[in-house]
Amino acid sequence: MDQTLQKALDQLDQATAAVRLAVQDLATAPGGTDAAADAAHALSGGAIDPFVFRFAIFVLAIFVGYYVVWSVTPALHTPLMAVTNAISSVIVVGALLAVGISASGIATGFGFVALMLVSVNIFGGFLVTQRMLAMYKKKDK
Amino acid sequence: MNANFASFLYLVSGILFILALRGLSHPTTSRQGNMYGMIGMGIAIATTLALATPSAGGFGLIVLGLLIGGSVGAVTARRIAMTSMPQLVAAFHSLVGLAAVMVAAAAVYAPESFDIGTVADIHAQALIEMSLGVAIGAITFTGSVIAFLKLDGRMSGKPIMIGGRHFINAALGIGLIVLIVLLVTTESKLVFWLIVAASLVLGVLLIIPIGGADMPVVVSMLNSYSGWAAAALGFTLGNLALIITGALVGSSGAILSYIMCKGMNRSFISVILGGFGGETSATADDGIERTVKQGSADDAAYLMMNAQKVIIVPGYGMAVAQAQHALREMADKLKANGVDVKYAIHPVAGRMPGHMNVLLAEANVPYDEVFELEDINSEFAQADVAYVIGANDVTNPSARDDKSSPIYGMPILDVDKARTCLFVKRSLGSGYAGIDNTLFYKDGTMMLLGDAKKMTEEIVKAMDH
Repeated sequence: MDQTLQKALDQLDQATAAVRLAVQDLATAPGGTDAAADAAHALSGGAIDPFVFRFAIFVLAIFVGYYVVWSVTPALHTPLMAVTNAISSVIVVGALLAVGISASGIATGFGFVALMLVSVNIFGGFLVTQRMLAMYKKKDK
Repeated sequence: MNANFASFLYLVSGILFILALRGLSHPTTSRQGNMYGMIGMGIAIATTLALATPSAGGFGLIVLGLLIGGSVGAVTARRIAMTSMPQLVAAFHSLVGLAAVMVAAAAVYAPESFDIGTVADIHAQALIEMSLGVAIGAITFTGSVIAFLKLDGRMSGKPIMIGGRHFINAALGIGLIVLIVLLVTTESKLVFWLIVAASLVLGVLLIIPIGGADMPVVVSMLNSYSGWAAAALGFTLGNLALIITGALVGSSGAILSYIMCKGMNRSFISVILGGFGGETSATADDGIERTVKQGSADDAAYLMMNAQKVIIVPGYGMAVAQAQHALREMADKLKANGVDVKYAIHPVAGRMPGHMNVLLAEANVPYDEVFELEDINSEFAQADVAYVIGANDVTNPSARDDKSSPIYGMPILDVDKARTCLFVKRSLGSGYAGIDNTLFYKDGTMMLLGDAKKMTEEIVKAMDH
């Protein structure tokens, strides 16, 4: 793991060096001011589709998930499934929007069904996880 | 509420979910982790309500929905037997899948509420994300329903093979891609529902050919799918909490599937293609008469009471017979007599990851007496007795020694290295994989034929003499 991390850091270093070179090229090139301004604009996020940011968060979260889940002790794999199930019910935000502000009756109906289904999951998922976790005890000495 | 501030709060709830999973690295921190998860969910719901500012009527509907669903969930969580946990988790997955479909449907009929355009003019990107979400959600829904029916015994655990199913699945998969392209270009509601229908069928077809013993992989895989469905809708809604959670759940399920496959030494693809563990007629019959040594509860009690070290190996049969409490009683008697007692858990024991650990915890077995395969396997050689209860294939020495065995290469618990192996089993039949267990015919093995719970209770009684 340390090795892969080191590798990733090295690659990151190389990438930043390349970007620095490119920016220098732009700045020195004739008529490069416009391009440089564009680059600066892009760097501050103005010209980038929000999708890119969301996608970046998504990819980073997959990596976080990867390392966090590997550190879960195998004894707690069943509670892990129960709790991941409970948190995936955060899809409730979509259901709430549909019920709360939909202009269309059909959409409100779909939202309401979705809301009921995920509420089962939210309450059921967290409570059953809590019930399971409460059972794990250490040896009394 | 300011949309930027709301995004920030969604990020906080995503981070609380990460901490919830992080807490599970140890039992002592796990309860706190679960609390973080609940707070994260509370923040996500409160933020959405503050952002959407529903009308009084809308607010009433929301409270009603939360109350109905919440009470069903709370009652189920309180009442469910620990042995039924795999079914419950499968059922919960199906709910997330169906909810994803419903949310996407709401978005198609009222795109304005989700800020993704107007009816008949939804952004193409949102349509792609949404159709991915709805397809994965629908597959998760029907797939989990089938998994639930199989785990709950309402449907045979045997694989159901349909002729040409690979062809049908491939056709459905290609059809789905065509439909998604059609949806983006036409925005027809009919196409949307066709995507739903095709995915529902695909979900059924994907899971029915997979046998009961492969369910740990299936349940983990569906767990992963429900995450990806949530993430796809998170992109549609531009919601950070959903995107982060979807990624976490997706990778968590994928890792669990990987661990389960490794525990069986099978590739993920071969599990998904299904058909394993159907016919039990494949038993090797080499015509050699082999003798089996049978014992009684009294013999077992005597052997264990005079042992120094006993390792208990539970399997799915223990869950079926609900023998965990009797087993704990037996271990207590042994410990009172100065015997060192440990439990050894194979990664794929039971019907879902960690199934055995939960059942032992329910029976008040301290978690520091329960060990994973790699941590305890070397100790069997020093053990006087290995007590195998409800496990079979995971103890079969041919997986280690016989290259021609279909399960060769699967990591096993080396119970045959213990001085005596007590094997509780209902009959001398082969295990789930349909493979004869050579352990039964070894000199050091004593078969205790009977129901796991009854046999253990008889042993406890015999220990009192």
